[in-house]
Amino acid sequence: MKRRHFLGLLGAAGVSLSTGVSAKAASSADVKGLPNANGVLFDASRCIGCRKCEAACNQVNDLPKPAKPFDDLAVLEAVRRTDAKSYTVVNKYTPEAGRPPVFRKIQCNHCMEPACASACFVTAFKKMETGAVVYDPSVCVGCRYCMVACPFNIPAYEYDKALTPRVMKCTLCHPRILEGKLPGCVEACPKEALTFGKRRELLNLAWDRIGANAGRYVEHVYGEREMGGTSWLTIAPKPSFAALGMDEGLGVASAPELTSGALAAVPAVAGIWPVLLTGLYAISKRKEKIAEAEKKTAVDAAIAKASADAEAKLAEELSKAEVANKRRIEVEVKKALEAAHKEAEGGEDA
Amino acid sequence: MSTEHTRNGSLFTPFNIIAGIILAAGVVVTIMRFTMGLGSVTNLSDNNPWGIWIGFDLLCGVALAAGGYTTSAACYIFGFKRFHGAVRPAILTAFLGYALVVFALHFDVGRPWRLVYPVFYQQGTTSILFEVGLCVFIYLTVLFLEYLPAALEWKGGFDKYRGILVKLTMGLTILGVILSTLHQSSLGALYLIAPSKLHPLWYTPYLPVMFFMSSMFAGLSMVITEGMISHKHFHHKMDDEYNGGYLDLQFAFAKASAWIMAGYLAMKIMGLAMDNRWHYLFTGYGAWWLLEVVGFVVLPCYCYAVGYRDRNIALVRIAAPWTVVGIMLNRFDVSLIAFNWQLPSVDRYFPSLGEIVISLFVVTIGVLAFRFIVTRMPIFYVHPAYKDSSH
Repeated sequence: MKRRHFLGLLGAAGVSLSTGVSAKAASSADVKGLPNANGVLFDASRCIGCRKCEAACNQVNDLPKPAKPFDDLAVLEAVRRTDAKSYTVVNKYTPEAGRPPVFRKIQCNHCMEPACASACFVTAFKKMETGAVVYDPSVCVGCRYCMVACPFNIPAYEYDKALTPRVMKCTLCHPRILEGKLPGCVEACPKEALTFGKRRELLNLAWDRIGANAGRYVEHVYGEREMGGTSWLTIAPKPSFAALGMDEGLGVASAPELTSGALAAVPAVAGIWPVLLTGLYAISKRKEKIAEAEKKTAVDAAIAKASADAEAKLAEELSKAEVANKRRIEVEVKKALEAAHKEAEGGEDA
Repeated sequence: MSTEHTRNGSLFTPFNIIAGIILAAGVVVTIMRFTMGLGSVTNLSDNNPWGIWIGFDLLCGVALAAGGYTTSAACYIFGFKRFHGAVRPAILTAFLGYALVVFALHFDVGRPWRLVYPVFYQQGTTSILFEVGLCVFIYLTVLFLEYLPAALEWKGGFDKYRGILVKLTMGLTILGVILSTLHQSSLGALYLIAPSKLHPLWYTPYLPVMFFMSSMFAGLSMVITEGMISHKHFHHKMDDEYNGGYLDLQFAFAKASAWIMAGYLAMKIMGLAMDNRWHYLFTGYGAWWLLEVVGFVVLPCYCYAVGYRDRNIALVRIAAPWTVVGIMLNRFDVSLIAFNWQLPSVDRYFPSLGEIVISLFVVTIGVLAFRFIVTRMPIFYVHPAYKDSSH
């Protein structure tokens, strides 16, 4: 049931395709998705950068051995990200010059409404009831849109595999959780910088810790609301999360909210366009018909007018010809009469 | 494949030699890609999962193939019958464009034989990419059916099937416009999911609308440009219907482009105004944005408008390829240049030689296929046997 709730939320846009209900409306409903989801609270003020979590992660996930061993802390001098061979890395930051460094562990944050899952066109990513976001390589096409979508730059790709490349990322040790074990990194941490538990309890713990150590922590639990909330939560010492390379401007809108509007336009376009286009076609067809009819009327009128004109002209010409003929006849008659007259006069003389 | 209708009858024309070199290099890179993996031939990384095979082959390819739906809509839906001669070249360009987009994707995705999975096996309906995939898949089929009558006339003896296809023209045209509206806009919508990665000057909720609008003038400009090139090389193939409407069409498309580009410019400005992002204009990215918008939207739009007003075809023919370059610049900006803008420069992407070779390889195949088809099939002319039943 809970999972269905979540999928409903996740698939709000998709659902809107079939129901016609606005996706925005669906996703703004106050659904308490996965109230029992697990999570991990990371306290950056406790982390000492020992890389034991990296080693444990490498071991429990059967990842290839790195070039430099995990006890080589010189690796921390460069800022790293997760890659196909490491699901988690620890980076060193120096927020304030002259003060001791602060370490931050990065891995998949297991979003409550994962961008990768929303972006995947074969649903290779799923948010499980345990809180983990897991990946299924058996359907993955390898389009890498999940990597584009992830606001935390977590999924990595096996670019060196010719035919069977996979997306690689932390699984929150989903199989171990199902066995009742802790995630590898949490178990290995010697300083209790990592706490595994129910997300809502971890949130209380985080705020208690911030409140109990007045002035020490940034008053914000990173992941409580970022991108719709994440299972992995982080608290950090002052001055800021940005000083630890964390994006403080991600906003609270989840990935499905960002794309639901565009997806909701699909049925609108598919519904309205055919009607509109057929209408346009009918209009242009009708225009053509009317133009044709008007042309015909005009041509007919022109022909009628032309023939009437021609007739009138003919009549005029005829009457003119008649007048001319009459005159010519008259002239001829006159001439003949005159000639006869002369002849008669001549005869008298002779 | 490429021996026909060369001017001196020789196989070794400069064009054929260059095309041959590109094809050979493409085959080498193809073998490397499928034996050693994407990493061996691309500069793709975990931070930059999409390179020019998406930014150029997919985004530019689809935008520039928009001439198919714009021209057929103008002729069959909006009643510009005098453009009929331009429909087949535009449909062919679009069909080859989309076919090559899909072909190029086989290089980019990790397991290309699974490209049908999102359609037939497991549908991720919440994904914008699912919408893109489904629409491109169906639209490629539509374009194939729209192109098919030309091939059937050429082969002869398929009049029954040709007749059915010709009867479907209207339906296919409307379907083409719907599918194009959806996936042209969705290509822009792909980036809506990553507000933290795309520079605020380019990230706006209007991205889908902008991609759709720009696809319209991209398609129109591409038809003008393709016509110019085709006239140079395939003039002997063109009949009176094609030539009669040619100039008329270029002016009409210039006018339409000018109007749509003006609307697009308004959208671009509203995108800034909506979130009050004016201050970004005074940064380095702002200068680049102004170059794209003023240099490749405002100016060619102005040339189109003046060219139409003054009946100056030379100006129109300058504006068209200019606009095509502008569209490519826009797609590169969204997918590569303004994407991951916050990453340090060492983590930014620049295409590798292998990626460039494959992109050239794909374009070359397209040009050769176009030449192969127009020198054989009735594309620029009405087949003499079908003069009376031309649709």
